Amino acid sequence: MECQEEKPIIYTMENKPIVTCAGDQGLFTSLYTSLVQQLPREPMEWRRTYGRAPKMIHLEANFVQFKEELLPKEGNKALLTFPFLHIYWTDCCDTEVYKSSVKEDMMRWQNSLRTHNSADWVIIVVETSDTKKKNKTNILPRSSIVDKIRSDFCNKQNDRCVVLSDPLKDSSRSVESWNSLLLKLRTLLLMSFTKNLGRFEDDMRTLREKRTQPGWSFCEYFMVQEELAFVFEMLQQFEDALVQYDELDALFTQYVLNFGAGDMANWLGSFCAPVRNWSGLLLRRPIDMEKRDSIQRGEANLLDLRSYLFSRQCTLLIFLQRPWEVTQRALELLHNCIQELHLLEVPVVEGALDCWVFLSCLEVLHRIEGCCDQAQLASNCSHTVGLWAYATDKLKSLGELCGLVSEKGPTSEDLNRTVDLLAGLGDERAETVNSLQSPYKKLKEALSSVEAFERHYLELSHAALEMYQAIGRLRSARLVGKSLAEFYMRKGDPKRAETFFQEALKSYVSEGWRLPVTHTRRQIAECQKLQARTEDYLQTSALLAGDTNLSTEEREHFCQEILNFAGKSGDQSHKVTLSMGVFAQLTRLQFHPATASVHSGAVLQVELTMNCLMPISMSIQQLAASIHFDVDHGGTHGRSKLDQRQINAGTVEFSQDNSSVGLRSSAAAGPSLELDEIQDRSPSDNFLNSTGVVCKNTHLVMRCHDSISPPNTPNSVSPSTVAMKEGGQMLKVQDIILKPGNNSIIFTAPSGQPGTYTLRQLCATVGEIQFVQSHIYPTIRYEVYSQEPQLTVDPVSEPLLAGLPQMIKFTLLTGHCAVKKGDALQLSNTDTMPFLPSTSCTARISCQTSDVVGESILSIQSSEKVTSISLPPTPPYHILEFQLEVLCIIPSGLDSVANERLTNGEVRHRPRSYSHPDTPMTAVDQRMSVDCPWSIYSTLLSLTFYIPFKTKHSLLSAGNRKYIQVCVQNVSDVSFTLADVKLTEKQHASLELQSLNTKTHQLLCSKHSVFCLWEVRWKDELPSCLQCVFSANFSPVNKDISAFKPFHYQFQLEGVTTLYSVRGKISPPAGEQHCRSGFLCGFEVSITRLTEPAEGEVAEDSKTDGDCLKTTKLMYEVADSSSNWAVCGKSSGMVLMPMKANCTHKVQIEVMPLFAGHLPFPKIKVLKYLPHSAAVAIQSDPDSCVENDSLSLLDKTLDDQGDTASIRSRGSIHSVGSGDQQQKSIAMPRLEPFSPGQVFNHSYGQQIVVLPATDDHIMEVNAT
Amino acid sequence: MAVCIAVIAKENYPLYIRSVPTQNELKFHYTVHTSLDVVEEKISAVGKSLGDQRELYLGLLYPTEDYKVYGYVTNSKVKFVIVVDSSNTSLRDNEIRSMFRKLHNSFTDVMCNPFHNPGDPIQSKAFNGIVSGMMVQTG
Repeated sequence: MECQEEKPIIYTMENKPIVTCAGDQGLFTSLYTSLVQQLPREPMEWRRTYGRAPKMIHLEANFVQFKEELLPKEGNKALLTFPFLHIYWTDCCDTEVYKSSVKEDMMRWQNSLRTHNSADWVIIVVETSDTKKKNKTNILPRSSIVDKIRSDFCNKQNDRCVVLSDPLKDSSRSVESWNSLLLKLRTLLLMSFTKNLGRFEDDMRTLREKRTQPGWSFCEYFMVQEELAFVFEMLQQFEDALVQYDELDALFTQYVLNFGAGDMANWLGSFCAPVRNWSGLLLRRPIDMEKRDSIQRGEANLLDLRSYLFSRQCTLLIFLQRPWEVTQRALELLHNCIQELHLLEVPVVEGALDCWVFLSCLEVLHRIEGCCDQAQLASNCSHTVGLWAYATDKLKSLGELCGLVSEKGPTSEDLNRTVDLLAGLGDERAETVNSLQSPYKKLKEALSSVEAFERHYLELSHAALEMYQAIGRLRSARLVGKSLAEFYMRKGDPKRAETFFQEALKSYVSEGWRLPVTHTRRQIAECQKLQARTEDYLQTSALLAGDTNLSTEEREHFCQEILNFAGKSGDQSHKVTLSMGVFAQLTRLQFHPATASVHSGAVLQVELTMNCLMPISMSIQQLAASIHFDVDHGGTHGRSKLDQRQINAGTVEFSQDNSSVGLRSSAAAGPSLELDEIQDRSPSDNFLNSTGVVCKNTHLVMRCHDSISPPNTPNSVSPSTVAMKEGGQMLKVQDIILKPGNNSIIFTAPSGQPGTYTLRQLCATVGEIQFVQSHIYPTIRYEVYSQEPQLTVDPVSEPLLAGLPQMIKFTLLTGHCAVKKGDALQLSNTDTMPFLPSTSCTARISCQTSDVVGESILSIQSSEKVTSISLPPTPPYHILEFQLEVLCIIPSGLDSVANERLTNGEVRHRPRSYSHPDTPMTAVDQRMSVDCPWSIYSTLLSLTFYIPFKTKHSLLSAGNRKYIQVCVQNVSDVSFTLADVKLTEKQHASLELQSLNTKTHQLLCSKHSVFCLWEVRWKDELPSCLQCVFSANFSPVNKDISAFKPFHYQFQLEGVTTLYSVRGKISPPAGEQHCRSGFLCGFEVSITRLTEPAEGEVAEDSKTDGDCLKTTKLMYEVADSSSNWAVCGKSSGMVLMPMKANCTHKVQIEVMPLFAGHLPFPKIKVLKYLPHSAAVAIQSDPDSCVENDSLSLLDKTLDDQGDTASIRSRGSIHSVGSGDQQQKSIAMPRLEPFSPGQVFNHSYGQQIVVLPATDDHIMEVNAT
Repeated sequence: MAVCIAVIAKENYPLYIRSVPTQNELKFHYTVHTSLDVVEEKISAVGKSLGDQRELYLGLLYPTEDYKVYGYVTNSKVKFVIVVDSSNTSLRDNEIRSMFRKLHNSFTDVMCNPFHNPGDPIQSKAFNGIVSGMMVQTG
């Protein structure tokens, strides 16, 4: 009964809480419209029990006439038909009427309510001004009736009686009274809800708690809780309604899980009934009454219950405007159902669930499409795409099940199955009978024929694919694509399949997923084989044969495929070129010799290590590397250039992109950056403009970013096939067998022409197949050079000392020339560096890797001009070494610098000595001229010798007596013995040099000096110029006498004769015996001419006096450098000296001692005075002197000698005149010092006692 | 517990992937690879809203009929994916979280190994042990 009553109500979905109206029906009818309108106008706050959040709620009500039957009987759980409020309407204002009828009626009403335990009532008294007027006589004050009613019925509940004044009038009073009435009604309604729902919920909870008791039925409970959900839905509280369903859902789920855990509830048995109907979800009705009935009857199976629950949840979610939650829940539901059926071990016909899922997916999607516009759908693909994909998946498996995918079409067995499946779908529902695109129709059609299936399947697949792509789930899209490709493969359409496979493969390769790569690649192989695309198929086969993820059998199979093709004797023109990378990888390349640089014609071996990826040994007909040849235009070049370029010392390790380890990381990260620092300096001042870092391998790094898969990796999708370039030269080996793993192959590299050879391509030929590697990276090149013969001479030990026999080493790099028997080196002999003949001189011949090849004795023949060395025969590019002893004659001082001519007519440069910055020794460069058999030009070689000695000489005078001192300083690191020291004069035989040296042998240690002294004696006249030769024998210490070598030192002394003697005399002040400090003394300078003017001297004289006596001008100067004396008055002056012996000129000067003690005499300097006319003529002389100073150290010793005198004098001139420089430049008269022997100073070194100013003591010390 | 556990590098290539040996390994590779779609989607969605403060655990990536796929992303964008059998209902969110935490700790240890080159496949025995532990417990 009740159900039948409910149905229409529920169907309309216009349920409202029921409010009954008793009393004056006419009155109510008049007010009904405004009441219905106004009641929902204002929201009310509904405070809830159990701490639920309060809600604002717009109340509506369904006002029905009060009937006894409406009141719920005891135990009735229906809530929808429950009257929440009872109203009694009256407009009675007549006491009599009230007493006679109304009160009675109310009593009856109240009684019936009370019997049904309903306390939710209200009495409304409507008051109109009209009624008052009409019955004036019996009118009681309005309050009295109300009071009466209140006193009669509302026992302590005064609010249960409400007055409504003038409801139909538009007055403020009326409005006010309406409002209060409405408020009251709302409040009462809510109170009733709270109370009744609360009671209901309590009952429901009690029922739920009983679930462990036997006999408890989920279905019963389901109906109870759903009643609550209905009420909430009625109150527009969809959220709360949804909660009820979710609770039911969870409860049921828990039971299923418990079942899985072994806790079987009895009532669950009905849900384990075999699934007989798989018609899918039905979401078009708000309530699927068929399902609900079956649940109520306890006949529903799992799918029925789940479907019904979901349809309710779906309805509520759509009310709540949450369609995307529907899709998400739908997917969960479908997955869950399948799991639950499995868990409950419900027997299901094969494919039935696929149908159910397929229909359900489409139903959900249709439902969603029905409530959203297109734009919303498009932007929410991510929510729906799962369902699309799932449906696609299911349809595919259905198709496979029913034999709709195979090429041949369904078998009879398939057809039977299809019929069974279709039977389970039942009849199409009434709602969709008329729609063309219902899921039901789709499925039926799809299963009906192969073509229809294909159409539907493709439609769905593409829909899913596009959606995935649209939302950026590319991987998912590829997976769908792959599945589509598999479908095409089944349908025998490999062409279409391949694009999808390739797409998917690209994605897996780029992200380095090896297993999917292998799997997909195998599918591609199949695909390509079907299409008979041989080249691609072979390429893929090669990749698969080298793929370690496959089993050995599979790899061997693919390898065999390649070999089969290779073995076919097709026409020669059709050769298949495959990428080398899939077949074998270069691991290492080594050059022998490691420098990778050989002379032309030499043997250069290249050892290539290859990692063969094939599972079986492969026999290769030819392995060749093409070579690019660059002619070196640099001509001959040294080895250094080569060494720089080839840094890797002959071994090149190829970077491994080893697929077997799956090192995708390196590929993904790209090659490591090769960075270099750069500095930009301005060319003019080397100032740093900018600095930075530059990446040398940008092309590689960038390439890897552009297309994620770097080429030449074994995983690349389809390696670009490369054509082998036919290079002119090749590294080649024939007929080798490559075993799986590392193989070492040795090539002999062509080295004919000099130049750079770059390895370009590598090609392995297996029958009709060529595996080609188009680039070899890093670049590998080797050089072949042609070298001119080279002769170098080096000292065996550093430094080479002049004057002693020294060993020098000749090194001959033969280069491209061979030394034939009879070839000889012709060395021009020089006086300064003779070759010393030696008894045995061996030459060593070695090849360039420094292995000694042979030794032979050299024959050396010396003639006057030429030393000829016959060389042993030496092959090209070998080194010939031998040593010779040479002696460099120490140049002795004053050799005439005359140019001589060498044997070959070349101007011979005398070796010039110079000071070397690294050693204190004087260096002498010796040049050698060698005529070599391979060249028409002489080879000039230079050796630097060092003179171990420094020699100085000085002339010492004592009055007229002359002494010559020679100082020999050893500046080398070797100690010597000096013997037979001798000094000779070349020109004047009458001259006698008497040695004052006592020892004949003298040790001259390193960095020490030896002084030798001779007195000069002459008979008639001392020549003014002496040509002396100092000679000595020396040998390194500890060598025997035979090792003594002569050492000569020539020098010239000029102005030897003492021309003037100068004498100073200090006379104490008058009356004093001694000088005292601070007192002026007389200083008499007497200059005496000692000799008659010599021949040469006359020319210098410029002036002739009246008495015909020739005079010369002298300049004297008295100066005291040590500030002992103050020279008073004229300290310098000109003296006219008559050129006659024993003429004396005296000058008086006053000097004052500044200190007491033994004071040396003030210095007296005498200088030649040259008048300006003469100065011009002599101008060149001092210049040449200067030149000698700077260039010749040996000559300089002369100057050093006169150091004390000349430098001081120059300094004093400076003080007198206005500067030496100026004088010179304007050709003024100038001064010239005498050479050291020409002036003898008697008072040189003489001292005089000076007493302190007040001291009486006398002391005189004379020292000489 | 888990039927497949995978560690995927920032660049989306697998650093480690292991599945229950009785099942088709290839299928899991496909599943895990496809799940990266959702991982990326979730990362980008989170990145927009929360900035740096984000939850590493991504939750259920997507359910399939047979499996549930959960994701987790470290701060260095290394992804962990755990695939659980759908029929295994005893696993709650919290357990999955703790599995990820354990996995992350072990992964951190691997990264701390000075001999390990980040970016190389993980071959650590300790890590393998942890993973085995998570997969064996199913019984």
